[in-house]
Amino acid sequence: MAGKTLYDKLWEAHVVRDNGDGTALLYIDRQLVHEVTSPQAFAGLRLANRPVWRVAANLAVVDHNVPTTDRDKGIADPVSAIQIDTLDQNCRDYGIVQFGLHDRRQGIVHVIGPEQGATQPGMTVVCGDSHTSTHGAFGALAFGIGTSEVEHALATQTVVQARSKRMLIRVDGQVGPGVTAKDIMLAIIGHIGTAGGTGYAIEYGGEAIRALSMAGRMTICNMSIEAGARCGMVAVDDTTIEYFRDRPFSPKGELWDQAVGYWRTLVSDDDAVFDRVVTLNAADIKPQVSWGTSPEMVLPVDASVPNPKDEADETRRAGMERALEYMGLTPGTPIRDIKLDKIFIGSCTNSRIEDLRAAAAVVRGKRVAENIQEAMVVPGSGLVKWQAEQEGLDEVFKAAGFEWRDAGCSMCLGMNPDKLSPGERCASTSNRNFEGRQGQGGRTHLVSPEMAAAAAVAGHFVDIRELEQ
Amino acid sequence: MEPLTQVTGLVAPLDRSNVDTDAIIPKQFLKSIERTGFGPNLFDEWRYLDAGEPGQDCTNRPLNPDFVLNQPRYQGARILLARENFGCGSSREHAPWALAGYGFRVLIAPSFADIFYNNCSKNGLLPVVLPADVVQQLFEATWENEGYSLTVDLPAQQVITPDGEQYAFEIDPHRKHMLVEGLDEIGLTLEHADEIKAYEARQRQRTPWLFTDLEPS
Repeated sequence: MAGKTLYDKLWEAHVVRDNGDGTALLYIDRQLVHEVTSPQAFAGLRLANRPVWRVAANLAVVDHNVPTTDRDKGIADPVSAIQIDTLDQNCRDYGIVQFGLHDRRQGIVHVIGPEQGATQPGMTVVCGDSHTSTHGAFGALAFGIGTSEVEHALATQTVVQARSKRMLIRVDGQVGPGVTAKDIMLAIIGHIGTAGGTGYAIEYGGEAIRALSMAGRMTICNMSIEAGARCGMVAVDDTTIEYFRDRPFSPKGELWDQAVGYWRTLVSDDDAVFDRVVTLNAADIKPQVSWGTSPEMVLPVDASVPNPKDEADETRRAGMERALEYMGLTPGTPIRDIKLDKIFIGSCTNSRIEDLRAAAAVVRGKRVAENIQEAMVVPGSGLVKWQAEQEGLDEVFKAAGFEWRDAGCSMCLGMNPDKLSPGERCASTSNRNFEGRQGQGGRTHLVSPEMAAAAAVAGHFVDIRELEQ
Repeated sequence: MEPLTQVTGLVAPLDRSNVDTDAIIPKQFLKSIERTGFGPNLFDEWRYLDAGEPGQDCTNRPLNPDFVLNQPRYQGARILLARENFGCGSSREHAPWALAGYGFRVLIAPSFADIFYNNCSKNGLLPVVLPADVVQQLFEATWENEGYSLTVDLPAQQVITPDGEQYAFEIDPHRKHMLVEGLDEIGLTLEHADEIKAYEARQRQRTPWLFTDLEPS
């Protein structure tokens, strides 16, 4: 019999019952809750007079709606305020632990979960947010769910799931200087397409993935959903285990030893069979910049804006034409000649301390270009912010002309006041370049923190590899 | 949830691939704490010429005449014809709430994003996957024939054209059962509460650290 993949092991360890109709009832170890996708779930519980099944398995935080400045003044937008107050009230009513707006541990749900050790290897993790795939970086089965499923998980500690197919994406060899986890992932999405992973659970492997820090692995798994997959994961190794030593919610004492013994089994067997295997050569990956309105519309920084005329498929060609029109770009323009208006460094993809250090190293001693109207750094959590300040990174950014903000989702999706105006062009370390994502009519280019920082200084995209020489 | 068995209705063609849930319902409307009221803001940025805000009365907003759902011939559509990877991106269930709120009961596309597909069937909205060439034929038939309607028979798993042509589609038995009966999935799962408790008891022995309570500190 063939060996098991990591996904198979995680799946089988959590099946409560096989429904016999292609679905199973899957046990959920941890649910993360935020203000946007939970109010209707709690309302549903109340309506049916149902309790929360296992209160202490849930962790709540406000992130999507929160202002990133002047928090002591309260929340200006009354509609956002209601949503934030509703989460407070729901957590009080049901006894769920919440990091509120003024808690220094508050931050983006996918940053604070691992930071606190609340999401761990071997867990099933759900959250009403598609970037829950982030937590797969630790060898966990983590996926985004809708609000009906949030309610289902609150009420039963399970979700009904169909088993996914298994895909291995192997990135062999080593990346060159200036090429980050973000570039690897954008290259993967460019390669398999934004629906390439639909129906699959993706495991990332190979030398280039193993060489990444946990922050880098989280960046990779985070954007699994942009490749179409609900979940992405990386096998457990020493890097994973070291990450959890002494986190607040990590297992302690004897439980730690027992947990580590189990965590070490969370790897795909050598003879495991995947339904699809994709391989990339790390050395071929260059710093990436998205040019269109889908994450698959991405190119190396030394390329030029593509010409739809070269696309044979009619639907794809129409999509490219629409994207270029929306983005205000002309075919043949070198990516490096694209001028920018705003810079956003943040989001659950790239707002960890490692990301901020990398961006700060690029801007240190330099100034944001004249044509950049706003450049902001939004740390992933209050603790990331605190750490960065201990290291003086805030001063580096501020001296260069960046704004230094409080933690939250911010301009990744613009539910709070941080957003683009129509026609504004932004180099963003976030995960989605959809039409209107960062603000109606806003134009988003997805890049790594280093590339965003370099673009801030130059006022247009630059090849980070040339700066590093 | 309202049971869904057979739907006969006008078809509206949305000729774009990779339609994401940000386009289906833009972020500013996600601030609502209700499950209803999203229909007027479905495809807000494509549908209206002005910028939409939550809580606004949409009846007098300027419509984008080029957007397909604003064309008189597609008013009252109950079936949305779409392209590849419909519903990609954010997991927001507000997207199916908005589609259902607008009046759609069935979506037909060559493929759907996974989370969106799941969310639809929990809200009485049936996502039907048909081969790309069949979807292309249906697009052409819809464009060419004003008032073109289809019948979608969920128990029989068939899409039936006005000419009587039938296209079979796949759906997993669990989802079909839930939709046809209009069932409350939580209620069904709680019938297995003993099995969930037994699982927890086993796992508390095997992986006790997973049952350490999260406590405020």
